[in-house]
Amino acid sequence: MTEKSKDFSVKSDWAHWSVLYGASGLFALICAVFLISIIVSSIPAWSHSGASIIYGRVWSQSTNSFGALAIITGTLATTAIALFFAIPIGVGSAIAIVHLLPGRLKILLSSLVELLAAVPSVVYGLWGLLVLAPWFEKTVEPGLAGITGGRFPFQAPPEGVSLLLAGGVLFVMILPMIVALSRDAIAVVPNEQFEGALSVGATKWQVIRKVVLPGARTGIVGAVTLATARALGETVAVAMVIGLNPLFPPSLFSTASTLASTIALQFQDATPLQVAALGALALILMAMTAIVNWFGRRFVRGSAFRAGVI
Amino acid sequence: MTTGVVEGIPPDPILERREMVQRVARKTLDRRIVVSGAMIGLCGVALVLAVIPLFAILYSLVQKGIHWWSIDFFTKVPQFPSLIDPNDVGGISNAIVGSLVIDGIAALFAIPIGIVAGLFLAESESKLAGLLRTTAEIMTGLPSILLGIFAYQMIVIGFDQWGIKLPGIGFSGIAGSFAIGVLMIPVIMKASETALRGVPSTIREAGLALGARRGVVARKVVIPTALPGLITAVLLALSRAVGETAPILWVIGASTMVELNPKKEMASMPLQIFQSATSPYVALREEAWGIALFLVFVVLVINLGSRLFAAWLQRERR
Repeated sequence: MTEKSKDFSVKSDWAHWSVLYGASGLFALICAVFLISIIVSSIPAWSHSGASIIYGRVWSQSTNSFGALAIITGTLATTAIALFFAIPIGVGSAIAIVHLLPGRLKILLSSLVELLAAVPSVVYGLWGLLVLAPWFEKTVEPGLAGITGGRFPFQAPPEGVSLLLAGGVLFVMILPMIVALSRDAIAVVPNEQFEGALSVGATKWQVIRKVVLPGARTGIVGAVTLATARALGETVAVAMVIGLNPLFPPSLFSTASTLASTIALQFQDATPLQVAALGALALILMAMTAIVNWFGRRFVRGSAFRAGVI
Repeated sequence: MTTGVVEGIPPDPILERREMVQRVARKTLDRRIVVSGAMIGLCGVALVLAVIPLFAILYSLVQKGIHWWSIDFFTKVPQFPSLIDPNDVGGISNAIVGSLVIDGIAALFAIPIGIVAGLFLAESESKLAGLLRTTAEIMTGLPSILLGIFAYQMIVIGFDQWGIKLPGIGFSGIAGSFAIGVLMIPVIMKASETALRGVPSTIREAGLALGARRGVVARKVVIPTALPGLITAVLLALSRAVGETAPILWVIGASTMVELNPKKEMASMPLQIFQSATSPYVALREEAWGIALFLVFVVLVINLGSRLFAAWLQRERR
C-alpha cells in the first residue's frame, strides 16, 4: 500500500494523473449537475404543494393538485407482485441449474438467462401489451375472480391492462437477473462442503437447505435487492401495460400507475407546474432506487454483475 | 451394533449419542428421501416455470416478427396505413439511421471518459476513487428515465438558474446521445476497472522497474493487456444502450425522414417500437414485432459477439 500511495503522488507523472483526474472529474461533474437539475426542476412543485406531494391522495393536473400517494402505492404494489413470484421461482431455478442439470445443459441455460437479461425492456412491454394483456383479460383475471369469489383485491371487471399485468411483466423482466445472480452465489459454495454434508448422511435437499442456501445467503439477498431496484424504476414496459390512472386502484384488475410510468406518460403534455411535480416524482424515485441499490451492492460481488450489464 | 454394555463399566455417553443419532437418521431416512425428492422436484418445476415465459417471448418475437423482414422494411421510411392499403406501413430506415447516429455519438464521448475514469478506479487506492466507484455503482442502478429528464432539462430546454444560462437546442438527436452517453459512462467505468485490475501487477511493476513512467506503462502495457476485457466492456455497454427507450422518450422528438443531422429531431428503433405498439393502427402494432425482432437481433449479436471476440482474442494471445 505504501508503494501504491507513492505512485499516486501527482509529481510522479503529472500528465498521466491529470488525464485520469480530468475524466473522473468530468464524470463527477455530470453526476453533480444531474442531481442538481432533478432537484431544481422539482422546486416549484415542492413550494406549491409542500410535503403533501408524498402523502396527498389526489393527482390531477386540472386542479393543480399533486399528491403521489396512490402512485407510490402503485409502484410498491407492482414491485411486490413481481417479487412474490420472482423470488421463489428465481431462486428455485438457480438451485435447479446448479445442482440438477448436467454440465452441457447447465452452461446452455445459464447463457440463455444472461442473454435474456439483455433483451430491451420495450420488447417485454410489447409482449405484455399484445400477447399477455388479452390473455389476462379473457382467462387469468376472470379465473382469479372466479376462484376468490371476487373478493378484495380480485374484484371484476377484468381490464387486461392492469396493476396485475404490470406486476406480471415485471416478474418476467427481473427473473433473469435473480436467476443469474443467485446462480453465481450458489455456485461458489465450495463443493467440499456439499459432499461433506452428503457423506454424513444428509439428503440432497437437506444439504441445499442447511449448507448451500446459508452459504449463498448474502448473494441471494443482493440479487433480490438489485432486482427490487430494477422493478421500482422500470419505466417503458410498465408504462405500456399499466394504463394511466393516478387514483388508488380499487382492485388488482384495474389500471394504476407507478412513479416511472407517470413520468414517462405525462411529461410530454405537461403544464410547467406539472413538469415540476413530475420532477418531484423523479426525485422520490431516485431516492428510493439509490437507497435500495446502495444496500444491494453491499452484498453482490458476483461474476454476472461484474460486467455491469445486469 | 454393540453399545459397549459390559458388566461393571458405565456406558460411553458419546457412543450412546452416536447410536441415537444413527437410529433417528435411519428411522427418518424414508421421510427425508421423500421430502428431498419433492423439494428438488419443486426446484425443477420452478425452472420450467421460469423458462416458459422467456421462451414465450422469443417465440412471439420470431413468429410475429420475421415475416416483416424484407428489403423494403429496412430501406423505406415509415408511412401511415392508408385506406387503400391498410397494411402498407413503409419501413424503418429512419429509425435504424437514427439509432446509429444517436448511439454512435453517445459512444464517441462515453467510451474515452468511461475507460479513463475506469483506469483511475483501477490505479488509485485513494478515498476519492472509492467515492467515485460508489457513485458509478449507484448511477448504473438508477432508472434510465431520470436521464431523460436530465437531458430534457439540460439540452432540450437549456439551463437557466442562478445567473447561469445555457441555451437549449430543442428536441434533437444530440439530446438523446447525451442521455444515452451518460448512461453508458458508469457501466463502462465499472467494467473497465474490472478488466484493468485483471492485469497482473508483475507486468505493471516490470514496466515501472525499467524506468517507464506510470502514464507510459498504462498506455503501452496495461491497456493493451486488458484490451479484450475493455472491448467486452464497451460492447456490453453499447448493447444495453441500443435498447434503451426511457431516456430518449421525449428528448429526440420524432422524424419520419432519414435524418443525419444530430441537431435535428430524429427517430430511433426502441422509440419506434414504443410508438408503433401503442398506436391505434393494427398494422403498426403488428409492425412493432418486426422492429422488436430486429432490435433484439442487434442487441444479441453485439452481446454474444463481444463475448466470443474477447474469448478469441484471449486465446490468440496465449
